[in-house]
Amino acid sequence: MYGKGRIIPALIIFLGLMTSPIWYKSGEASKMPKPEKPKDYTECVAPTQEMRTSHMVLLNEWRDDILREGGARTGKTPNGTEYIRSLQNGCMQCHSDKKKFCDACHNYTSVKPYCWDCHLQPKEAM
Amino acid sequence: MDSKRRDFLKIAGLTAIAGIAAPSAFNTLLKGEAIAAGGHGAAAPTGKRYGMVIDVKKFTENPGLAEQCISACHTIHNVPDFGNRKDEIKWLWIESYEHAFTTASQYKRPDALKDMPILTLCNHCDNPPCVRACPTKATFKKKDGIVGMDYHRCIGCRFCMAACPYGARSFNWRDPRGKDANGQPFIKSENPKYPARMRGVVEKCNFCTERLAIGQIPACVEVAAQTKAIVFGDINDPESEISQVLKTSFTIQRNPAIGTYPSLFYII
Amino acid sequence: MIEKAFKGSTGYWVWMLFLLSIMGMGGLFYVQQFNYGLGITGMSRDVTWGIYISQFTFLVGVAAGGLMLVLPYYIHDYKAFGRIVILGEFMAIAAIAMCLMFIIADLGQPMRALNVMLYPTPNSMLFWDMIVLNGYLFLNILCGWVVLQSEYKGIKYPKWIKPFIYLSIPWAISIHTVTAFLYCGLPGRHFWLTAILAPRFLASAFAAGPALLMVIAMILKKTTKFDVGREAQDKLVTIIGYAAMLNFFFLGCEFFVAYYSQIPGHMHTLDYLFWGLGHGDQVYNNLVPFMRASVIMGLAGIALIFVSRAKQSDGLLVVSCLLIFISFWIDKGLGLVLGGFVPSPLEYVTEYVPSVQELGITAAIWATGFFILSILYKVAISVKLEKEA
Repeated sequence: MYGKGRIIPALIIFLGLMTSPIWYKSGEASKMPKPEKPKDYTECVAPTQEMRTSHMVLLNEWRDDILREGGARTGKTPNGTEYIRSLQNGCMQCHSDKKKFCDACHNYTSVKPYCWDCHLQPKEAM
Repeated sequence: MDSKRRDFLKIAGLTAIAGIAAPSAFNTLLKGEAIAAGGHGAAAPTGKRYGMVIDVKKFTENPGLAEQCISACHTIHNVPDFGNRKDEIKWLWIESYEHAFTTASQYKRPDALKDMPILTLCNHCDNPPCVRACPTKATFKKKDGIVGMDYHRCIGCRFCMAACPYGARSFNWRDPRGKDANGQPFIKSENPKYPARMRGVVEKCNFCTERLAIGQIPACVEVAAQTKAIVFGDINDPESEISQVLKTSFTIQRNPAIGTYPSLFYII
Repeated sequence: MIEKAFKGSTGYWVWMLFLLSIMGMGGLFYVQQFNYGLGITGMSRDVTWGIYISQFTFLVGVAAGGLMLVLPYYIHDYKAFGRIVILGEFMAIAAIAMCLMFIIADLGQPMRALNVMLYPTPNSMLFWDMIVLNGYLFLNILCGWVVLQSEYKGIKYPKWIKPFIYLSIPWAISIHTVTAFLYCGLPGRHFWLTAILAPRFLASAFAAGPALLMVIAMILKKTTKFDVGREAQDKLVTIIGYAAMLNFFFLGCEFFVAYYSQIPGHMHTLDYLFWGLGHGDQVYNNLVPFMRASVIMGLAGIALIFVSRAKQSDGLLVVSCLLIFISFWIDKGLGLVLGGFVPSPLEYVTEYVPSVQELGITAAIWATGFFILSILYKVAISVKLEKEA
């Protein structure tokens, strides 16, 4: 092979660099995040699994419905509990600690939603 | 140049122009027709359309009332105060007659007019130029006539600010949730029930749509309720209080000649 | 072909390093702007668009100016433009790249720029501007590159490219028309609300674009063996000269309508730009010297450009083209956009002065444009000279 004296070491270095995150973290299994659930409530607006995977979709739907279509500001859970369709005035009523709830998973998955650039977090948790 | 080539070019040119201009031109024309159908100068009354009558005299009679309205509005909506004109953000503010009504006669007006505090805010136009200009539908007109904003979607191009003939829009030139040199936050006291905004988006009065939704009246109207300086309601409902006021009093609008059909009326 | 850009004289590399250093400086300023917000610029609540959008507007014109070469060469088969037409197409690429950078620099939320495509809004002129600008960029890259590559290979360009070249002609008109529509469709902004805004934009574009091209062609003539040819030069003088005259004719129409009708709203901005606008006990006039210089330089440029042809003087040609280019840069790159905000619709007068950071970013975007242009021209000229040698 032409120039193999340079190509093969370069390939090895490249592969090493590409996989470095794996080597760097090898041996220690990351702990799964445990977002703290509210103590006084047992039911969310949708089943846990659905909330876990698509709460952001739900929030967007609420926003577009309320802001643009003048949709209802409140909703009812399957068990009939009324809730406010709002991040700041709804979700955070129960999940009042952003750090222990939102941030737990968001930090783990390294997503940085911009919710809190505008929306205010519950005071006591700040 | 041979004729075949010329023909081709003609067709190519026309197609390109038609393709570019037709949909939007159509839209605009159709809209123009819809308004014209209602007669000259008034929109056809369909559905709800929130509006406001501001009785300027009442604000002169009650000094400080206008400032109270502004303070209530800005506190409720977490409007920051940067303390300078360049960065200024305002939803509701006091304007003098000559600046609020630039197209009305300024000649030989009563002296009293000079110091009259004229409350100005978004006109929630029936034919809003800002909505036409916005490239992302971040600002839009709702079924109840309110011109709304989605701060999540705004890209901060400020086209709407160039389009607004009433100076009702403000841009977040810097982080509204930051602090000044003395460590004082720009938002003096945060209302935990309402969000703030972020740097790089445009904002404006929303006619207190979040209060209307839970059966309250707009904050400024509530503050001025005792004096009846501001009447708020559905101007398309002939039975509403505001319709009665509009029927019995002479009101003027800001720059009505440009076809924006403001929902704000002033009794001077 | 692109390898031609990596071989060059010391002068070429010094020039490129110089541009890169300006780009780096501007990059640092942009980081500052990104972190602080647009408040770092001189823009304010009343003057919401500044030097970024005004440069964008001007550069759309420079891009559209390429049409003045493409049209005679491809449609009227005007052979004398054979060597220069590629310069026009490549200049359009650099100019549009600058336009897009200026728009991004001006956005409050640049990370959301793609919302324009995610939520297409046909009633917004900015949406159409996005389409026509990107389309024009694509067309010029495609046509310029394919034609040059064919020349490189020593064959005639393929037939399938012709429709794209023809399409690029009305497209060039459309980019500047839609850009004018950004302004002239806004009620309550008297200065912009004029039906001749698009024609005026085009007239100034057809003068300023070729004028810049001419200056560059003369520099290339001096520094390389590349000569666009006397006939092309003389023809361009006609084009630049008449387009520049048309621009002044349109400007004259604006003056007539404003000052003969005596409608205050129509006169205010012209007052502000050319004489100073009194408001309260102050006179606002920070653009007056620029605008007056613009008119004088433009008219002098028109006179001199025809003299330069009569005397066959390249020196005079460069001077007159620079005069015309700078004149129209002031007219459109400063006066038109900034003037539209004075007075505000509420008749307040707020003057705008760009900040250091803003000027740095602006310079860097221009440098990036010239960087792109230098690479493209290096390739084009190397190919042309190689084939002719």
